[in-house]
Amino acid sequence: MQLIDKNLIAKKRSGRLTFNQIMKWLFFLCTMIGLVVLITLIVDTLSDAIGYLNLDFLTSFSSSRVEDAGFYGAIIGSIWLMVVTVPVAIFVSVATALYLEEYAPKNRVTDFIKVNISNLAGVPSVVFGLLGLAMFVRAMAMGNSVLAAGLTLALMILPVIVVSSQESIRSVPSTVREASIGMGATKWQTVSRIILPAAIPGIITGIILAVSRAIGETAPLVVIGVPTTLLVTPDSVLDSFQAMPMQIYAWIKMPQEEFQYIAASGIIVLLVILLLMNSLAIFIRNKFSTRY
Amino acid sequence: MSNYNIQEMIQKNKSNKGAGFEKLIPVILLIITSISVLATIGILYTLISQSLEFFNRESFVQFFTSATWQPYSSEPEFGIWALVMGTLKVVVIATIFAVPIGLGAAIYLSEYASERAKKIIKPILEVLAGIPTVVYGFFAINFVTPFLQSLYSGISLYNAVSAGLVVGIMIIPMIASLSEDAMSSVPNSTREGSLGLGATKLETTFKVVLPAAISGIIASVVLAVSRAIGETMIVSIAAGSTPNASLDITSSLQTMTGFIVQITSGDAAYGSSLYFSLFAVGMTLFLFTFVMNIISQWVSKRFREEY
Repeated sequence: MQLIDKNLIAKKRSGRLTFNQIMKWLFFLCTMIGLVVLITLIVDTLSDAIGYLNLDFLTSFSSSRVEDAGFYGAIIGSIWLMVVTVPVAIFVSVATALYLEEYAPKNRVTDFIKVNISNLAGVPSVVFGLLGLAMFVRAMAMGNSVLAAGLTLALMILPVIVVSSQESIRSVPSTVREASIGMGATKWQTVSRIILPAAIPGIITGIILAVSRAIGETAPLVVIGVPTTLLVTPDSVLDSFQAMPMQIYAWIKMPQEEFQYIAASGIIVLLVILLLMNSLAIFIRNKFSTRY
Repeated sequence: MSNYNIQEMIQKNKSNKGAGFEKLIPVILLIITSISVLATIGILYTLISQSLEFFNRESFVQFFTSATWQPYSSEPEFGIWALVMGTLKVVVIATIFAVPIGLGAAIYLSEYASERAKKIIKPILEVLAGIPTVVYGFFAINFVTPFLQSLYSGISLYNAVSAGLVVGIMIIPMIASLSEDAMSSVPNSTREGSLGLGATKLETTFKVVLPAAISGIIASVVLAVSRAIGETMIVSIAAGSTPNASLDITSSLQTMTGFIVQITSGDAAYGSSLYFSLFAVGMTLFLFTFVMNIISQWVSKRFREEY
C-alpha cells in the first residue's frame, strides 16, 4: 500500500514554493513600509523647513509675525523641563526597580505594585495631563510652572524606566551577587557597589529612551496649559515656560500657511535632538554593556 | 598584631556599621516605590472626584445615552457617544491598516530575515516608534491629507481616514516588535520539526509558529489598540473638532482625547461644567484603555504556551 502519493506531492510542490516566495516578498514589503514612511516624513518636513531654519530661528523668541518667529524660548524651556523631570524620574524609578528586584518579598503587595506599574504604563499621556492639571496646577497651586509640568512628565515616564531598569538589574547573574555576599558584604553593599554598577549601562539606556519620549510629549503640556507666546525664559522652576513640542503644535494650528514652515523647522530641531539622544543610547548600550 | 582577632574585628565592624541602616534600606525603597501606587491613586481620585462634580451638574443618563455633544450651546448637551464614535472610527481605521502590516513585518523579521537584515531594520522601527506624535500630526495634515484629497476630492481637510492611517503608522512598530518577540520565543525545534516534514517556510509560519505565538500576538494587538485609543496629538491636529456620531469617515470629527486638548488649549473657566466635563471624558477614556490593558495582560497569561 502506498501511503504517499508522490505524483500529487510533485504536482503541488511548485505552487507551494511559489506561494512561499510571493508571501516572503509581501512580508518584506510590510517591513519596508516603515522605512518608506520615515523617509517621506523627513523629506517632506525638510522641504518645508528649508529657508526658514536658520540661526535667527534658533535665537529668537516666538512671535505672531512669521518672519520673527523663533524657537529659542521653547528650546530653553524644554531644557528647564528636563532639569525637573529627569532627576525625579531617575530617583524614583531606579529605587523602585531596586526594591522590586532585590528586596521585595514574594507576596500580594509586591504583585499589586507590579500590576500597578504595568497598568500605569498603559495610561494615555493626556490622562497624566489631567492628573497634573487637577493635582499640581490647581490643588497644589503650582500654576503652569516648570515644576508642575516636570513632575507630571516624571510620573508619565516612571513605568518605562522602572521596567527597563528591572530588566537590566535582573540580567546581572546571581553568581556575581553570591560572590559578593560570600565575601561578607552586606545586602546594601552588594546592591550599591556590585549590582547597580553592573546594571548601570542598561539603566542609562532606558533612561535616555524614556527622556526622549518626555521631550517630544505634547498632550500633557497642552492640558496643563503651557503658554506659547512668552517672551522670557524661566528664572526658576516656579515660572511658566515654553516647550518645543507645544510650540510646534501651536504653529501647526496657526491659520497662516507660512507657520507650517516654521512648525517644520521646529520639528527638524526636535528630531535632531531626539536622534542625538537615541544615538547616545545605542552607543552606551553597545559600548558599556557587559556580557556575563 | 597577633592578639588582634579577625573574628573580633568583623564583629566590631558589624555592630559599628549600622545594622539599623541595613534594615532601613528596604523600608526607604518601599516608600519610594509606593509613589507609583500613589500616582495611580492620584489618577483615579482626580478622575472620579471631578467626574462626580460633573455629574452633580449635568445628567448622568444623558452622558451615557446621548450621541449629541454640544458643550458650547446655551442648552449644553453632553452625550459621550459622539466622542466615542469619533475615537472608534479613527481606531478601527488604524487597526485595519496597522495589524496586517505590523504582523507582516513581524513575520518577516522573525522567520525570513537574516541576522544582518534584522540589525538594520530593527533600529529603523525603533526610530519610527520614537517620533513624537505631534510630528506625526504635522505629517498627517501636511502630507497624508493632501495626498488623500488628490485621490478622492470628497475628503475634507479634517477627516478620520488621514488621522486613522497615521495613528496606524504610529502603532505599526509596536505591533511588529512585540509580535516578533512572541514569535521568536517559539523554540526552533518546533520549526525544524515542521520543515523536516516537508512544509514550506510559509506553511510552518502559519500552521506552527503563529498558533504557538498567538497569545503574545493578540496581546500586542490589544496593547496597540489601547495606545491608539489614547493617542492625542495626531487626532487633535488631523481629525478636526466636530463631535458627531455619524459613520462618515471623510469629514471632520472629534475624539475623546481631541476634546480634552481642544478645551484645555482654550480657556475652560475653572469650575464650569465644561471644565469638569474634561474629567468625565478622561474617566471614560481611562476606562477604555484600562480594560484593553487588562485584556492584553490576561490573554498573554492565560493562553501562553509553555515550552
